[in-house]
Amino acid sequence: MKLKMKELRRALYIFATEKTVGFTLISIFLGLVVGALFLAVAGFNPFRAYWIMLQGIFAKPSYISYTIIRATPLILTGLSIAFAFKTGLFNIGAEGQFIIGSVAATAAGYFLHLPLLIHIPVVIISAVLAAGIWGGLAGFFKAKFGVHEVISTIMLNWVALYFQNFLIYTKGFQKPGGETSYSIQPTANMMILKTWKQSEAGREWLLQHPFWKDLLRTPMNWGFVIAILMAVLVWFILNKTALGFRLRAVGFNKFAAEYGGINVNKNMIISMFIAGALAGLAGALQVVGVSHKVTLIAAMEGYGFDGIAVALIANSNAMGCILAGLLFGALKYGGAKIQPFMQAPSEVVSIVIGSIVFFISIPKLIKLILTRKSKKGGTK
Amino acid sequence: MGYENVTQSLTKIIEMKNITKKFGDFVANDSVNLDVFKGKVHALLGENGAGKSTLMNILYGLYSPTSGEILINGKKVEITNPNIAIEHGIGMVHQHFMLVKPFTVTQNIILGQEPVSKMSVLNMKKALKDVKEISERYGLYVDPNAKIEDISVGMQQRVEILKALYRGAEILILDEPTAVLTPQEIVELIQIIKNLTKEGKSIILISHKLKEIIDAADFCLIIRRGKHIDTVVVPETNEEGLASKMVGREVSFVVDKKVKVAGDEIFSIKDLVVKDNRDIVAVDKLNISIKKGEILGLAGIDGNGQTELLEAITGLRKVESGEIKINDNNITNNTPFQVINKKISHIPEDRQKRGLVLDFDISENTILENYYKNPFARKGILNYNNIRVYAKELIDKFDVRPKEESKMARTLSGGNQQKVIIAREVSNDPDLLIAAQPTRGLDVGAIEFVHKSLIDQRDNDKAVFLISFELDEIMNVSDRIAVIYEGKIVGIVDAKDAEVEKLGLMMAGGGSK
Amino acid sequence: MIETILSNLALILGTTLMYSTPLIYTSLGGVLSENSGVINIGLEGMMVIGAFIGAAIGYYVGNPWIAFIGAGVAGGLFGLLHAFASVTFGANQVVSGIAINFLGIGIALFLSRIFFEGATMTKSIQLDNKMPRPLNGVFPDGSILNTIFDNQYATVYLAFIMVLLIWFFLYKTKYGLRLRSVGEHPTAADTLGINVMGIRYFAVIMSGVFAGFGGAAMSLAIVSNFRPTLISGHGFIALAAMIFGKWKPQGAMLACLLFGGAQGLAVYLGQFDINIPTQLISMLPYVITIVVLIGFVGKSSAPSADGIPYEKESKY
Repeated sequence: MKLKMKELRRALYIFATEKTVGFTLISIFLGLVVGALFLAVAGFNPFRAYWIMLQGIFAKPSYISYTIIRATPLILTGLSIAFAFKTGLFNIGAEGQFIIGSVAATAAGYFLHLPLLIHIPVVIISAVLAAGIWGGLAGFFKAKFGVHEVISTIMLNWVALYFQNFLIYTKGFQKPGGETSYSIQPTANMMILKTWKQSEAGREWLLQHPFWKDLLRTPMNWGFVIAILMAVLVWFILNKTALGFRLRAVGFNKFAAEYGGINVNKNMIISMFIAGALAGLAGALQVVGVSHKVTLIAAMEGYGFDGIAVALIANSNAMGCILAGLLFGALKYGGAKIQPFMQAPSEVVSIVIGSIVFFISIPKLIKLILTRKSKKGGTK
Repeated sequence: MGYENVTQSLTKIIEMKNITKKFGDFVANDSVNLDVFKGKVHALLGENGAGKSTLMNILYGLYSPTSGEILINGKKVEITNPNIAIEHGIGMVHQHFMLVKPFTVTQNIILGQEPVSKMSVLNMKKALKDVKEISERYGLYVDPNAKIEDISVGMQQRVEILKALYRGAEILILDEPTAVLTPQEIVELIQIIKNLTKEGKSIILISHKLKEIIDAADFCLIIRRGKHIDTVVVPETNEEGLASKMVGREVSFVVDKKVKVAGDEIFSIKDLVVKDNRDIVAVDKLNISIKKGEILGLAGIDGNGQTELLEAITGLRKVESGEIKINDNNITNNTPFQVINKKISHIPEDRQKRGLVLDFDISENTILENYYKNPFARKGILNYNNIRVYAKELIDKFDVRPKEESKMARTLSGGNQQKVIIAREVSNDPDLLIAAQPTRGLDVGAIEFVHKSLIDQRDNDKAVFLISFELDEIMNVSDRIAVIYEGKIVGIVDAKDAEVEKLGLMMAGGGSK
Repeated sequence: MIETILSNLALILGTTLMYSTPLIYTSLGGVLSENSGVINIGLEGMMVIGAFIGAAIGYYVGNPWIAFIGAGVAGGLFGLLHAFASVTFGANQVVSGIAINFLGIGIALFLSRIFFEGATMTKSIQLDNKMPRPLNGVFPDGSILNTIFDNQYATVYLAFIMVLLIWFFLYKTKYGLRLRSVGEHPTAADTLGINVMGIRYFAVIMSGVFAGFGGAAMSLAIVSNFRPTLISGHGFIALAAMIFGKWKPQGAMLACLLFGGAQGLAVYLGQFDINIPTQLISMLPYVITIVVLIGFVGKSSAPSADGIPYEKESKY
């Protein structure tokens, strides 16, 4: 029995320290433990809280759908930040790039009148380009003038935020009487079966099929599929293409890259363009799939900042971003339910996420704890 | 006379007994013994990585020994941090200077033992006075108000020595103190050392240069791969005796090289002007040319424009004026990409900063310049199968260890990292191979390999441009030697006619043109 | 005519001082931490927890100074957390800073829900229990000095005193010299027997204290309660101001005044029905910052060892 414990600890140690996935899973577990401690100290039953969260995520088809809808933009902003990380840049600007993407999507979706199958791609492409340029701007400032991207993207976030608010107060874009823009044309709407859902036949059919009725209650859309395709694309670009080779070389060691004939400045701009485009895509999908318009924002909405956590939890791995984004989306959506059901603060979710990131920042501590344990186990 | 007899009448102030230090499984010091006597210079000789610095870091309290003990004036002491070392009168001048660059000379000297008036407020007046006092007492003149980043390397070394003296050091550890100095500065340093011993200070001199040990030291402890080899009385031995103990076999100082007649001129630089990072002219109307089948060595002290010259040739730095040509192509102000494609290869002086992407594996590093070319990539998509096959080929041919192309470059030893770079650069089949400090920090075996690679290039009728701070290397490997001083070529001589004294003088700006 | 211009300028200056204050405290925190070599991107989270604790203590205890100090202590605890990760365990400082930001907002709102009946907004502090206004009513009504200083809270004056104190500490005392040496060249400092870890702990904890003050200067003075969006990004602006101010307390102060000034201008113009949209004016300081930074052309003055964990026996 004792021997088995020892083996278990040894296995755990290898799992946590040599496999980054294992280390991430242990960090997630510890993050949940910290959240539970907070709940317990505040007098709530943590098991019940987590159970409610789990039910809130999985109990109904619509819950799963909402979780996925929540996760979609986070996967993309996570990818944006992870992509920049891989090339040695810290894109704090996903927040602003998201805003620019959603503004551009709304403008293209409202002002242009195009046939159904063309409109959505046009909307998405304009958003991606606009946000790409917005992101590329930070890359350009860094390449050309040596302005650190952290500070320029923080500034650009605020510029983007006030720019959106400015447009919302602009005639022709502002929906009269409200602090929002006009909604996009129906041809730019990417919700699944949107018109059918509201048609007579559709409603009748759904009445007899409660599973589909519940599922289609949500603004289910193609965004998640696109996000997954993007993760695959990002992975492919980074690992299998000459462009990815250049970008990673610049990210790991720009001096060696320069020496090897790679144009460091150009690749920094490309990298920030792609990062901006990914965050902008998140904004565009949010508009065409869920919100259909932009509204006045008093403060940062956090898509970009949450994306940082997603990228960190994913260890900047493209596929990891899908899982981390889903985790994050699930915690946010499911976590909100402990408030009405047991009056427990749903903000425990931020504590959990913060703790996960915190543990991820200190692999040494986790290694230390595990080695100590396995050493103790050894001497007994 | 023998060590025992000579030391009988001397006062022993430090005894390090059976010092062992392990880093994980790596044994850096294995039962090393060292005695230091009052007013004497004790040298510590060994190759790079032999464990000299580790031993001194233990004495200075930066590392704690795995086992062994230290006695000072006959009493056992535990030196767990530099403060305790300082209290015992031990001062250390590190190989890489421990100076805060934006601080002034005075601020650096007083740091940690600052004179203060009330409430910890700095008393700069007293600080200046104190610094002036000791600098005059030992003849170590410095400008107390100059910022470190603005003064020469030799001056910075004086600041380091002053730092130790300010703390009342009786024992001064000098770690490779001449590595960065001009021959003249070395003479001055040896004089300073003599002044200090006259005042009763003891010196521990860490070095792998035999000549300066013969010139300056009384005793010499030799360590090899962490092991205590011997302690000798320096006046009773010579360079050859020390060298064979250092490397464990008789060493020949001559590189095996056939006579070869050089071909046509292939590479030339005319009136080149390049500025450094501070926008000061670093390369000043420089002219050189290299022929096919020739190794041109560039001798000079660090900081005389070598780095800027290299960077200008390889496209990493802007050329202000002048012309660089290879094969009659003007490559002035070309990008690195263009330069590489004009068949110039480059073994960079800082292999970890420039030469390798440490977080790429070996195979990715072997294609750093060719990743986009067939067969490594087609239409922008990489073909990792072909990349691996190519990497394996190079690993075999250049004997890189371990023989695994998927190993991260970071995990390789310095010698093997250099082999990867040389494999990559030589395999590009360059017309001109530039090798900058190619053997820095390598062990003897790896150094031989590097020299052989350079000579092979030359024997294949290629041009080689060797830049090194090690005069021995330049003299042994080159066919012709150019000397650079303050960004100008101050002389070019045939290697077979070269004399150390003459080159040394030119490197210091003196001598005939 | 001139009088109207002057009184309008005074009005803008007054708002500028008010809005700059929280930023100044927080950016001073950044100056301390980063000069010791620890990047503190967690200023935002430390500011949030300071704002909440300040508002909560202010409401329950009623003494603004106890509340202010409490906010500093709360920020300092977060600083301790950041130091624990980044100094003791050599964490990637950006990552642990990001974690601090999530923890800051998470814990603040969690506690708010528990102590304020499930609300994420704390109850308002009574006007008498807010920060005092030392020069309130001192100058004659309608005078320019009165326009500027009448409504300024004690935290405003204290902020400028702190700038002076931090400047003096960094450049005139031995501990300041040591702190800067640790940020520039920790190994050098270590070889002189300076306690690198200790100094970094001190600096990072103090940066939390100051960020906590910054948050409280918001919730105890500018407004009188805490709400989820109260800080939203001010910590990042303070960080940018510190970089803009070249890691120096006086520089950071000037940068904060620029941000505060644009905010003051936006507020001032917001009261008129004129054609310059306030949104564009609010945008101005961020645009100016970028433009000015472009003008610097790549001259970084960050401490050399900023962001690099210090490890003693990392050889081999």
